[in-house]
Amino acid sequence: MARVSMTINGSTHEADVEPRTLLVYFIREQAGLTGTNVGCDTSTCGACTVLVDGRSVKSCTMLALQADGREITTIEGMASGSDLHPIQKAFWENHGLQCGFCTPGMIMAADSLIREHEGELTEQDVRLGLEGNLCRCTGYQNIVKSILAAAEEMRSAPAAPTA
Amino acid sequence: MAMTEQRNVGASIPRKEDPELLTGRGLYTDDITLPGTLHMILVRSPFAHATITSVDTSKAAAMPGVVAAYSGEDLAGEWAGPLPVAWPVTPDIKMAPMWPVARDKARYQGDVVAVVIAKTRAQAKDAAEAVDVSYEELPVVVDIDDALADGAPILHDDLGTNALYTWKLTNGDVDAAFANAPVIVKERYYIARLIPNAMEPRAALAQANAATGELTLWSATQIPHIVRTTMAAFVLGVPESKLRVIAPRVGGGFGSKIRVGPEEALALVLARKLGQPVRWVEDRSENYLATHHGRDVIQEIELAADENGKIKGYRVHLKASMGAYLLLVAPGVPLLGAFLYCGPYGGDAYHFECTGVYTNTTPTDAYRGAGRPEATYAIERAMDALARRVGTDPVEIRRRNFLPAFAEPTQSIGGLMIDSGDYGATLDLALELVGYDQVRKEQQARRDSGDPKQLGIGLSTYIEMCGLAPSRVLGSLAYAAGGWDAASITVLATGKVEVAVGTTPHGQGHETTFAQIVADDLGVPMDDVSIVFGDTQLVPRGMDTYGSRSLAVGGVAVHRACDKIVEKAKKIAAHELEVSEDDLDYANGTFSVRGAPDQARTVAALAFSAWTAHNLPDGLEPGLDALSIYDPGNFVFPYGAHACVVEVDTETGEVSIEKYVAVDDVGNVINPMIVDGQVAGGVVQGIAEALLEEAIYDENGTLLTGSMTNYGIPAASDIPAVTIGRLETPSTSNELGVKGVGETGTIASPPAVINAVVDALSVFGITEIDRPATPERVWRAIQQARESQPKGGQQ
Repeated sequence: MARVSMTINGSTHEADVEPRTLLVYFIREQAGLTGTNVGCDTSTCGACTVLVDGRSVKSCTMLALQADGREITTIEGMASGSDLHPIQKAFWENHGLQCGFCTPGMIMAADSLIREHEGELTEQDVRLGLEGNLCRCTGYQNIVKSILAAAEEMRSAPAAPTA
Repeated sequence: MAMTEQRNVGASIPRKEDPELLTGRGLYTDDITLPGTLHMILVRSPFAHATITSVDTSKAAAMPGVVAAYSGEDLAGEWAGPLPVAWPVTPDIKMAPMWPVARDKARYQGDVVAVVIAKTRAQAKDAAEAVDVSYEELPVVVDIDDALADGAPILHDDLGTNALYTWKLTNGDVDAAFANAPVIVKERYYIARLIPNAMEPRAALAQANAATGELTLWSATQIPHIVRTTMAAFVLGVPESKLRVIAPRVGGGFGSKIRVGPEEALALVLARKLGQPVRWVEDRSENYLATHHGRDVIQEIELAADENGKIKGYRVHLKASMGAYLLLVAPGVPLLGAFLYCGPYGGDAYHFECTGVYTNTTPTDAYRGAGRPEATYAIERAMDALARRVGTDPVEIRRRNFLPAFAEPTQSIGGLMIDSGDYGATLDLALELVGYDQVRKEQQARRDSGDPKQLGIGLSTYIEMCGLAPSRVLGSLAYAAGGWDAASITVLATGKVEVAVGTTPHGQGHETTFAQIVADDLGVPMDDVSIVFGDTQLVPRGMDTYGSRSLAVGGVAVHRACDKIVEKAKKIAAHELEVSEDDLDYANGTFSVRGAPDQARTVAALAFSAWTAHNLPDGLEPGLDALSIYDPGNFVFPYGAHACVVEVDTETGEVSIEKYVAVDDVGNVINPMIVDGQVAGGVVQGIAEALLEEAIYDENGTLLTGSMTNYGIPAASDIPAVTIGRLETPSTSNELGVKGVGETGTIASPPAVINAVVDALSVFGITEIDRPATPERVWRAIQQARESQPKGGQQ
């Protein structure tokens, strides 16, 4: 066992873990934040996407120990109290989700993608940028629409920092 | 009682489900925690066909954290019977159901042979690797025709054959139709096996109360009611009332969560045996082996037509793989398409026949469309073949054969009483939206110039049957359950409305759609309506969600329950206002006296009256409560026209979709945004079937496409946006005029795409391509066509 300590959505989480523990399981089981989901075992689907120090990472590709001392943001950290993040709002208004299982990962990936492009992105940018996030329900087009709408809002009125 | 003036119905209201899901607070099965939960890991056979000679769990049982480890023999006494098969389609069907743990033989790669329970998932996984299973390999058969051949390895020795049933349907004089037909088109297609890939892996959490014998199962399931009834009675041998099944948030199903599964059965039995809750969550690669597959059907279709291509007769023969064992509704899945191989076309005679076959592969069962994508594929591909044969184009051949527009129920040659249809209208709109003439011009220009990137355009004019189903029809098809559904409404003292509905959503937006109906019928705000589902204790009556039935059956039950509420409220209103019921008008949730509209009562106020019961008419029970159990009189029949434009790179074989148009008539639409979402999602799954997806086994029965890294699920960059058009012709099957839409996209799209690819490749004389039409397949087809062309030929 080894000791790990990280900040998740502003709160410190510290625990002894087996070295082989993946970050996604630390988030779900130690921190009890079950919004981040496990959808595959080959790092293909992206349902586990979180932000590590502000950049999107598939949390199934990191060991919890590798996140020691880092700042993690999960889906639970996106809204400010009862105010939804612009990306969450855009997904809601544009029917960007159906079963919701891929949605937390999509939103975290979208946040990273939008900020990387400084809010200026095309449909093609979004589709390519989401290659690592699979959805089986929506056929993607409303997800793309949601992200483009969110980008526009974030461009004109920047949201509070998410990391 | 007509619906009140529409305010919510028909509007694209953002979903009530979303705030919870968007903030990561939805609880899926693996998110639910109970103290003392143990983890279950299953040991699965790596061999597709092998005698299990020994199972030694002793090393595993001794490992850290392990609570118990079991072989199939160890658990044999726990079962009242095997996992249920609810659709024995013929009286002489050769049934081979699945038991939760295999004992004598493993019959597919993934067959459960042992179970390990430990305190943590990691400990259970480590221990599972220490279970020592000895196998004696047996010959394997994965191909349908091989399984039917003489001398094939037999999966189930007691059955003596791998052919388990042959089911037939005949209308009219088929021999006569074919005997004198000037034109006969005969086509053979193979619908490749598919892996559903709902994003949430299956999961189960079971808890037992030793004192009362009550069992609770949380499961990522589409069918909590069916699981409750059949698992209790047939598998566990416990009273139905002692089992509670809860479907919490479920992350997609597409038919793959229509299961009464070994894992659920094991979790329940072991929770009871060990006295602690037991959790099981599948890995994705386990999902690929262990959750059922879809399709895997060989089709032969023949059309007998006159010299103009007007069809007189249809003859269809299917061979469908059931996999290694029969699952819940697997034998009947191909039969859901049995009546639809004539599509929206006319004719005088029709014959359909299907043989079910066992093979050493993962068992098959329902997957989005379940039998209807197969039917649509065969007829829509054959229509293009017919067009080529009589020298006309794909649009004309379809117009020539469409049933003429009808508004009253009309009998089809396939044997269905179709509710309403104007097939030409959807085709007209699809052609307009895709810019058909312009595409043909561009196509011709590229053909003339020998452009290496060729265009193709493909059509699919489909009809499907859903809204499963009139119970009597199910009975006549030997389906073991009914097709009704139920809605129970309670208007609380404060006027808030709770609706328990028996359908079980997993992404379709029922909470919103049903609330729209209730809000309009009872004149209450959407926010005052709560839809409850998925928990057999809160919703005792239901038949769950599959076969695009939730709105056409469940939604109608909701509406009828509202009608009953209004009928009762009217009695109370008349009594309070001291008028006769005939003197009352009802609109927007308010009863008012005709001619004195200030004399009025709202449904919400009447709910309070019904609760205090201080002044109710004599003989009227308190409360504003109603239950409606609705058994549909007919299926519903969505239809439409899809058009796909592809660009084929003839140098690499790559196919890209330039434009995809879906025009559907799904009856009256409650929430257009949700309906569009279903169409887009369904179309993309069908495009993926046509171009990307195929579950591949090698000759040893090893699933080669064993993970998301090599099975072609599309990402956002792989597929285009879908252009969605809509016509709305009310269904005559129910008073809401609604149909279903959950599967139409997947049913319609594969032939549109493949017809387009074949159209593009027709410059090489190519008339057939297997699916998925991967770049390799397309490239090889082009090379083969070039080699067989005389020198100086095209391209």
